Amino acid sequence: DQVLHIVPETFQQVQHLQHLCSTLPLDLWKPLLPEDIWAGEDLHIRVPAPLVEEVKDSLDQHMISYKVLIPDVQELVDQSMPKERSSQRQVPEGYVYTQYHPMEEIYQWMTQIQKSNSELVTQHYLGKTIENRTMYCLRISQPSDKTKKIIWMDCGIHAREWISPAFCQWFVKEILQNHKSDPKISRFLQNLDLYVLPVLNIDGYIYSWEKDRLWRKNRSPHMNGTCYGTDLNRNFDSSWGSIGVSYNCSSEIFCRSGPESEPETRAVAQFIKRKKSDILCYLTIHSYGQYILTPYGSTTKPPSNIEELMHVAEIAAAALMGKYGTSYEVGPTALILYSNSGSSRDWAHTIGIPFSYTFELRDKGTHGFVLPPDQIQPTCEETM
Amino acid sequence: DIDDVGHKYHLELVLEDVLDKDSTVNCTAEVLYHLGNKNIAPDVQFTIEGELKNTDEADNIFYNRIKSLEKELVAENIPDSHGNVSPEMEPIHLLAWVASGYVIWQNSTENTKFQLAQIKHVKQVKRSDEYLEFDYMILLHEMVSQEIIPWQMTVLWHPQHGVQVTQDSRQPKHA
Repeated sequence: DQVLHIVPETFQQVQHLQHLCSTLPLDLWKPLLPEDIWAGEDLHIRVPAPLVEEVKDSLDQHMISYKVLIPDVQELVDQSMPKERSSQRQVPEGYVYTQYHPMEEIYQWMTQIQKSNSELVTQHYLGKTIENRTMYCLRISQPSDKTKKIIWMDCGIHAREWISPAFCQWFVKEILQNHKSDPKISRFLQNLDLYVLPVLNIDGYIYSWEKDRLWRKNRSPHMNGTCYGTDLNRNFDSSWGSIGVSYNCSSEIFCRSGPESEPETRAVAQFIKRKKSDILCYLTIHSYGQYILTPYGSTTKPPSNIEELMHVAEIAAAALMGKYGTSYEVGPTALILYSNSGSSRDWAHTIGIPFSYTFELRDKGTHGFVLPPDQIQPTCEETM
Repeated sequence: DIDDVGHKYHLELVLEDVLDKDSTVNCTAEVLYHLGNKNIAPDVQFTIEGELKNTDEADNIFYNRIKSLEKELVAENIPDSHGNVSPEMEPIHLLAWVASGYVIWQNSTENTKFQLAQIKHVKQVKRSDEYLEFDYMILLHEMVSQEIIPWQMTVLWHPQHGVQVTQDSRQPKHA
């Protein structure tokens, strides 16, 4: 972007400049409004980068002389706000939820969130990943004398789906920021406990930041380290290994040697099993595709409560669409997407959790896994 | 179902301009997937209701910009890890999108769903004629297998003559 300095000499020039301001997305720095442009007076105008040539051509054509006041606005902005990767960034008050964060920052964020909201939030140990990293989830619970039903949500089971952990973080922030002011949220917390696992596949997520942006699986070595990674969403104990999988390690949907073979799967499964009688709803967040998926993926035979599952999902999809018009398809995985076995969603339902859904967030393939950060906010807002 | 021939689908769809979401155009199409030999691309017939936007001005600006470069254009990772595409690379991105559409069509069956995931690498190839030539290495994402498939494609483009994929080949995945 550039900022141009112009001193219009005639009324015709003023008119032309006003015309440019009304037809193009130009940013008037001085004066404030096009109607205050006068001949003989200074004009400072910021021109977005893609329009610079066009605007200069137009000024030339109308014999309007100009000087480039600022040749690169972004450079100036960067200079004035040095990007710090120090602890400053991790403080939730300064935490930028509209950017993607590496795992180190997410760990720090979890600690901070717990510290600054200790009446509501506790951090719980789930287990260790194959590369020995610690898995934590956050529990948001309003103290009460009655036992509450639980809603569990995990994000980031597939490393490349960055919008998913971004959503879990956004979700936590929204709940904590608005639990007193928003009656819906406050009623929610009176009756329910929330468990949020921001990144399930921690090793994979880190690998997608450092080595291969489109990595999907975890990082467990196979065949003496000649091949890596099990698809954690094919590794759960629900018709494991039967359909929509591969027994070949080089495949993205490698289900490995048996159900819960992976430490990450075991950590989550054990935790959920222990609390399953209180868990009302299991949510697992993925991208992309814009779907709300119900069980099952391993068979087209519908689960016993399919009508209720569909009804709730359809209400959710309608609410989601109400925000920005984004349309989500709703239905059983095997019918509207593809067959798969060993998914966490199917498993949750088979152990007795009545409401179990996979959310596939934006988009529909235009950006796919590499969703630009300016879509984090709208995606999270509508999903909320 | 068409006996001994294959499966034919009749589609009614709405095309949306990627650069202008409010600009849409209705389209009807017939797609025939051939039985047996999966190496033949599906047959596609289509009609568009109305006209597509004229892009001559933007095309010429891009064409002239590339023609006037002193060194051949080279770039990688479009979009970058965070999903960003710089404004200068946007036309290169769009061109890859169109060209990958051809590659996807040629390699689609009833059981595949491909999307362009990322441009890994692009290199402009100097030509003595008026065409622009780009050698792309792209990554295609296949939804059912979830595989990321590297694919090389050579793309020719000219504002008046449109896009052509003159060569393309699937690449082996790295170990």
